[in-house]
Amino acid sequence: MIEVKDIYFTYPSNVEALKGVSLTIRSGDFVAIMGQNGAGKTTLVKHFNGLLKPTKGTVTVDGVDTREESIAKLSRRVGFVFQNPDNQLFCETVEDEVAFALKNFGFEKKAIQKRVEWAITLLGLTRYRQSSPFMLSGGERKRVALASVLAWDPDVVILDEPTIGQDYEQKEKLRQFIVQLNAQGKTVIIVTHDIEFVAECNPRVVLMAQGKIVGEGAGKQILTDRKLVAEASIVPPQISQIFMGLSDFGLPTDVIDVYEARDILLDFLEGGS
Amino acid sequence: MTSFATPEQVGETLAIIETANLTYTYPSGKEPSLIDVSLTVEKGEFVILTGPSGCGKTTLCRCFNGLIPHFYSGKLEGDIKVAGHKVSEHSIYELARNVGLVFQNPENQLFALSVEKDVAFGLENLGLPRGDMRKRVDWALQMTGIQDLRERAPHELSGGQQQRVAIACVLAMQPEVMVLDEPTSFLDPLGAQKIFEVIDDLNKKLGITVILVEHRLDLASRYANHVIVLDEGKIVLDGKPLNVFTSEKARLIGVGIPKATRLYQVLQESGLHLNKVPVNSREASLLLQEVLTRDRG
Repeated sequence: MIEVKDIYFTYPSNVEALKGVSLTIRSGDFVAIMGQNGAGKTTLVKHFNGLLKPTKGTVTVDGVDTREESIAKLSRRVGFVFQNPDNQLFCETVEDEVAFALKNFGFEKKAIQKRVEWAITLLGLTRYRQSSPFMLSGGERKRVALASVLAWDPDVVILDEPTIGQDYEQKEKLRQFIVQLNAQGKTVIIVTHDIEFVAECNPRVVLMAQGKIVGEGAGKQILTDRKLVAEASIVPPQISQIFMGLSDFGLPTDVIDVYEARDILLDFLEGGS
Repeated sequence: MTSFATPEQVGETLAIIETANLTYTYPSGKEPSLIDVSLTVEKGEFVILTGPSGCGKTTLCRCFNGLIPHFYSGKLEGDIKVAGHKVSEHSIYELARNVGLVFQNPENQLFALSVEKDVAFGLENLGLPRGDMRKRVDWALQMTGIQDLRERAPHELSGGQQQRVAIACVLAMQPEVMVLDEPTSFLDPLGAQKIFEVIDDLNKKLGITVILVEHRLDLASRYANHVIVLDEGKIVLDGKPLNVFTSEKARLIGVGIPKATRLYQVLQESGLHLNKVPVNSREASLLLQEVLTRDRG
């Protein structure tokens, strides 16, 4: 469990990025942290594995204050996949990259082989295992970064903008993958702008604006709240926009899913005939 | 304002970028990343270049400003001409006056100690008078909405802010062609929309030819008048946006279709027909209003 209690964070450049944030993430949760650029999303999640320590307030991971634990130890439990894969990749081959952390955590050789194989297959990187990560496209590098974290099987996986550079098909794969990961008991935290992706994944949504949390709840409720999305500079999901245009018919406006939309429309038409 | 390009620069033809049977293999690559790519981009077009991740989009962009073959070696076959110049016969430095490239990853592009200096860097190299330089920097910062960040260090900014700085840097050079490789990937949707509007303005008002590499077609497609889809290094679709997006091929190779279009398909499968295929939420709302009024009344 990650417990964030009234934290403030000021960067050395004097930019106050977090201004009193409290949040509880329970084991097995699936949370999307959303909000405008500069809202403090990445700064917040960097506190979850101790990369940043709060200027004021406390963050505890499974009861341990992040100030009193090494980043290495916290990382074993909380895996972080960066927004920009280039901040994370440095090995000569994809295979080495995925194996790197496993070696550092002291896994056995056989276990390393198995896990590397598993992660590489899972993310569709088999044909690139001997390639240099830097010869791959942006979307592919992103998947290498993800594979290298999943390989050590942390309890909590933080994905900072996982859909950047991913095409439609890969996003769908990523979605299934994240949902499955969560169903297996992993705590999954995604930081994202990708509203349609969130609408399809249906996590708990934490909405941030200017260093604070301005809304928290089911995606359906938060992402269709006109006032909140305006405050956080988010464009509502397309399905909810369509339903906002149908409000004269007394239809609900808190719809974000295509199939739910279909059922509501068909029900409405049947009810009338 | 009128376009920057003079007839001498573009020659007699309207084509500003022309490739003929372009095939390219990276030095370490076993297979070519681009295969027999022939395309024409006309002056003033707004082109979206899309396709699955790893299909060769970025590689093609690197050909447009001469990074291939001058910086990346490897094997290049076929011809490419930009603004009348054969890319293979001109240096990256010369081509930079014609083609501005905004990289996918802004950190690869920014290096100065302040945003202002980064934006001014290219202009200093052009040897522009100080007054003009100041004007252009101000203009570029304003167009991208980052006047407030002027004194900040680029490496301290958020990913989205850095992307705006990277665009401002290229914008300040006022190139004839702007190639933008997923310039909004780190931006939130409203921020992305603002950037697309800026790019659209540059295209419509200044006549700058735009080549935009994008996956987020729901946001970007309305600005384009030409769409090129690559798959495994080859051009698979090349034409007007509506024709490309509604083609079965686009769906099969994983070009994302807007949710409004998806709703249309799902309703169709359930026996509810709309009169037209909507590509955005406004169109879908209007079509549904029609159906709901008619079938319920």
